[in-house]
Parts: sequence; structure tokens; C-alpha cells
Amino acid sequence: MESMSPEFKNNARGAIANDPLQAALGKLTHGFPKKRAEAAARLPEFDDLRDLARDIKDHVLENLDLYLETYEAKVIEMGGYVHWCSTAQDARETILDICRKADAKTVTKSKSMISEEIAVNRYLEDYGIEAIETDLGEYIIQLRKEPPSHIIAPAIHLSKEQVADTFREAHQDLDASRDLDEPRALLEEARAKLRDKFIHADVGLTGANMLIAETGTNVLVTNEGNADLTNNLPRVHIVLASIEKIVPTLEDASTILRVLARSATGQEISVYTTFCTGPKRPEDLDGPEEYHVVLLDNGRTDMIGSEFHEMLRCIRCGSCLNHCPIYKSVGGHAYGWVYSGPMGAVLIPNLIGMEEAQHLPNASTLCGKCETVCPMRIPLPRMLRKWRERQYKSELGSAKARWSLSAWAWLAKRPALYRPMMNFGIAILGQFGGRGRFKSLPLAGGWTSKRDLAAPAGDTFINQYHNGARGDQSGELMRRGVIK
Amino acid sequence: MTQTPSPAAGPTVGLFATCLVDLMRPVVGFASVKLLEDAGCQVFVPKAQTCCGQPTFNSGDVPDTADIARGVIENFEEFDYVVVPSGSCGGMIKHHYTEVFVDDPAWLARAEALSAKTYELISFLTDIMNVTSVPASFDGSITYHDSCSGLREMCVKEQPRALLTSIDGVTITEGEETETCCGFGGLFCVKYPDISEKMVDTKINDVIATGADTLLAGDLGCLMNIAGRIQRRGLDIKVRHTAEVLADMSDAPAIGEPLDKA
Repeated sequence: MESMSPEFKNNARGAIANDPLQAALGKLTHGFPKKRAEAAARLPEFDDLRDLARDIKDHVLENLDLYLETYEAKVIEMGGYVHWCSTAQDARETILDICRKADAKTVTKSKSMISEEIAVNRYLEDYGIEAIETDLGEYIIQLRKEPPSHIIAPAIHLSKEQVADTFREAHQDLDASRDLDEPRALLEEARAKLRDKFIHADVGLTGANMLIAETGTNVLVTNEGNADLTNNLPRVHIVLASIEKIVPTLEDASTILRVLARSATGQEISVYTTFCTGPKRPEDLDGPEEYHVVLLDNGRTDMIGSEFHEMLRCIRCGSCLNHCPIYKSVGGHAYGWVYSGPMGAVLIPNLIGMEEAQHLPNASTLCGKCETVCPMRIPLPRMLRKWRERQYKSELGSAKARWSLSAWAWLAKRPALYRPMMNFGIAILGQFGGRGRFKSLPLAGGWTSKRDLAAPAGDTFINQYHNGARGDQSGELMRRGVIK
Repeated sequence: MTQTPSPAAGPTVGLFATCLVDLMRPVVGFASVKLLEDAGCQVFVPKAQTCCGQPTFNSGDVPDTADIARGVIENFEEFDYVVVPSGSCGGMIKHHYTEVFVDDPAWLARAEALSAKTYELISFLTDIMNVTSVPASFDGSITYHDSCSGLREMCVKEQPRALLTSIDGVTITEGEETETCCGFGGLFCVKYPDISEKMVDTKINDVIATGADTLLAGDLGCLMNIAGRIQRRGLDIKVRHTAEVLADMSDAPAIGEPLDKA
């Protein structure tokens, strides 16, 4: 997918002015976060499980080569194939190749952020293969030719009225006067449309929430069951996953499952949790005849050992998005690429480059909410700051901002100069701040474009204090004429 | 310790006033001194203090941050405690100086020592000095904003509420979004004014819904942001630092109000 991240500021402004989007984001505030809090409160050991989950992934990342090789050997032993892909292009070509060998005309897909990352749909379509999203949200945005705006709720930016309009336009074979007012009606219509696609697909492409090394299994978590139809019905099942999805054992997978759904949607467990291991065995009634795993790196090995190492613990639950005041203000599309929210702001620069995504780590107040709700305890604010350090070192960003900052730092390091400079500044501001605040002020347009600026309330505290005012009120000395 | 200490023989406290309090709202500094002295501390206000270094740190400028941090450490390490009327600047000193000196063992040790004795003002009063009530009066209805760093880095949540409700007749009407960021974020609010505006409006709408006539918080950055937007919207809600009310200095003009209105 082409990035729109450099346009973040404009994207954000547009998003804030977009009323339907704002209405949709408003619902998010009272939805997922509340349910997550309730789910966490119902499970006394929830925070201990978060520690365990973090430790599991830390251990995996320390021994990633070992577990990847163990996993590969097990997949092969179970009759599957493993394809190692360094880049998005490698993965696209590999998937196309598998599809061509299977003489595929249509590919059904269950939700996969990695497939968004490598933009495989468009690629397959360029080669005459129809890729059909079967997750309801993904199906909707595919019809609208939009990217997902949330990693677990891709169409969360839309109202049900917008979805109804989309369906009327896309499904013109159906009665134009049909009632699509209720979400249920939309769901039924999508289900009816997709049923046929499931049955006739040649290849099923799924993601993986986890890859289990000891069994060669991929884990799929959905609430719609679409992944099960995608992996079971077609002749070929392709699993597309990035390398950090590995966990050592079934036991480890179940630990992570216990924090995943609770963090994501507040469910104890998702409606469908599926473990797929290899192709159909002779005694199996159904299942794919071929089982392929496309393992994607796409920059992740470069993150190992870097200041962004811990980002590889991420299990894509979406909790950091749901709780982020920036995400809730602008939605996912503003971020301009596949991922969004705090995890996106850390991950995207790793994947598409720091310059291209330079706004994202800066567009944060570092409020820290995301870290408190991350099931994998990823220090997201610290990593956002680490991107700012890299940008500072590379001299990215506006020269004016850098200059102002350097000037401030220069003064802050020199108290003997800082004090008289501040006294001077405060005196000037005090002259003009008689009404208590400024509506506009030269060089402070970023502030005063949106809010008034409180005027300094007299001489500085340090001056007043050291001139003998002990416990006096602000401005009192000024009023008494002791200080001008 | 060159200045005359407060008369009490309690622990020595270096008050890091913060640059915003120093420049924009001295009453918070005086309120801090009074609260600390009333709690039995000997208060010192080192004259060479400037800024905690957070603006440079959050902008990725580690070398300048380290220089500023060295100054703070040198000025404050002699006291029993360092107290800051801000969760954000307090959090910077307590949690981030050690990150800045991660490759500098000598300064890291000094940063760690300073970290161990650095506290946000209100939580210091309750948790270390065991203050349970304050002799103040206040007539107004209060709602409270939990500043992000105060809440998440300095664990300030119940302490200001406990002291505020020790004042006769004071109750706090809680908003639904007390723990949601106000959109200040230091340079964030000038770099991304549209998003900041959206966030501060969410905060203010929540404050309006409480019906309170006064909003209190423990960080001047958040307070100036919220007050400035409240005034731009023409709303009649007063905004103050918690310490002003606790120190019984709430007859000073609220943030952004003219002096002669008091």
C-alpha cells in the first residue's frame, strides 16, 4: 500500500472535520475500553498473565532462529511447506506462484494485517486472480476500496448507513428497495454473498495470530468463523505470517490467548479459535490438500536488538488504539498506512522508513495510556521517544523548531543568563497582559490559534521568593508596588 | 544551602518550582512553600534552577537534556527530598534522568540517587509527610483532572482528592474522562494544534458535564492548556493548581484571569 503518512497533519484535520467518522470514533470510547476494563477486572490473575505473555515473547525473540527452525521442521513433518520471504515482494511472488500452480481463479481471504502490509490483493488482481475478503469489516472496505482503519475492526470508521449505501451500490443484482436499516440485515446480505465464494474458492489465504513451534500449528482467532471456511474449504491453504508470530508451545499459545481477546474486545475468548496443522490427513473428512506457510521478515530482523526490539512482542490486539486519545481523535486512516495508533506510530517508521513516517512518533502527547493497557507490556511511549531521538540525530523536522529548542536548551543550561532573560521576557509580557491573557501573540501562533494564553501573573516566583516574599500571593507584591 | 531555611527542623526539601510556575504562575510556588512548611519541612528554593529538560528530552535531544539534567542534579542532590509541584516535571527527574545517563555510570548513580528522593508535591505531603488535612477554606464546586505523568509515572490519584475533601464543605464531582489526556503534551499542542484542540475540547466537555465551577489539577502545562481553551470558548469555569486551594490561596485570580478581578 502506498503511504499517505507524510500527509498526517492534513489527514488529521480532515478526520476531525468528518462528522460521520467522529460519530463512529465516539462510540469506540465507550465500547472496547469499557469491555476490556470489565474483562480484566473479572480475572484476578490478568496482570500476572500479562507478565507471563511478555516473558514468553521475550524468550522467543532471544531464541528466534531456534524456534523458527523448529517450527519449519514440524510444518514439513506434518506435510506442509514453508516459504521464507525477506521482503513484501518476495511474499507476493511466492503467493502468486502457489496460486498459479493451483490454477487458482479465486482466493478467499480471512483478515490478515500482513496481507495488507504486502498489499497482496491488488497484486493478485493484477495477475487475474480475484482475492475476496471474507471478514465482514474487510469485505466492506474492500468494496469501498479503502484500507483498514483499525487492526481488529477494519471498518470501524463507517456508520451502518454508509455500509448500507456501499452494499446497494455493490450488490445491484438484489432488490433495490430491500430493507438494510439493521446491522443484522447487512450481515445476512454479506453472508449470502460470501457463501458462494467460500465454496468455489481455489485457494484460502489466512493470517496467523500465532505459530506454534512444537506442533507446526497456526492459530486463527475470529468472531465470524470466516477463517475456518477459508482454511477448510479450498484445496490449498496459505498461511501468511510474520516471523515474530512464533510461540514455543501450545501452553504458551493458550497463555497469550487468555490476554488477547480480553485486551482486544473484552471477550474471555474469541468466538472461534482454530488450530491448523498441516494439510488434510488420510483419515480427515475435510481440510486442504496443500498447506503452505509464507513467513515474512519485511524489516523485522532489523528491529531485533534495536531500541524497537520489544515492539516485536505485539500481538495486534488493538488495545493501544482503543485507548489512545490521538487515535480516538483522528481515526486510523490519518496515519496513512496499514497500521495505526501507538503501535502503528512505532511500527510504521520501521517498515516504510523514518522520513516517510516522521509525523507519527511526534503526534503523541506521550500520555502513557497505551502502555498501561498493552497485554504485552510494550513500552510504546519510550519507543515513540526513541524515534524522536533518531529524527533529532538525523536533523529531520523543521529548522525553526530545532532552533527554538536549541535556544531554550542553551539558556536552560546557563542559569546566570536564563534568569535575566526570563525577567526581561516576563516584564514585556506583563506589560501587555493586563487582561490576564492573550488572544494572540507573535511566535506563539501554534498556541493562540486554538486557545488563549494566560499572561504571566507578575514577577517570577524565584525573584519574588528571593526578594523576601515568603508565602505571599501571586501578584501581591506587584499590587503593593514592591515590584514593577 | 545558602538561603535562610524555613524555621522548622524537619527534613530539607529542595523545591523545584518548574519553569512554568516560575514564569507564569508564582502563586503555585508560594503555595508549595507554605504547604511544605506547614508539613514541617525546611524548604529551599535554589536560585539556579531553570527547566527540568523535558522539552528537549521529548524532542529527542538527549545531549542537551543531559546537560540540563546535570544542572538539576548539582543543584538539588544535597537535600533530603526534591519536591515538584508537577507530575510531569517530577516524572522527568524521577524516571527519565536515569535513561539519559544510561551510558554514563558516574552520572547515572547521581541520577538514581536523585530519583529516589524526588516526589510530586501533593503525594509527598500525604505519603511522606503524612498530611491528612489542610486548614483551608473554599467555596466552589470542584472537578479534577488527572494529569498523565502525575497519574501514570508518579502514581498521583487519591492523594489530592483526600486533601481537597479534608477542606470543610468541599466535594469533588468526578468526570468520566478524568484520566484522559487534555491534549497539552508540551510541544505537541503547538505542533499539532488541530488534534490538541479536539482533545482539549473532549476534556472540557467532560468538565462541563460535571457542572463544577472549578477545575483543579497538579500540572501547570495541562492547566494553562485547558484554561486557555475554556477562555477561548467563552466558558465560565475557573482553572487552578490544586496547591493553590490546599494552601488557601484561592483568592488569587484563577489562571488567565486579570489581576484586578481578585
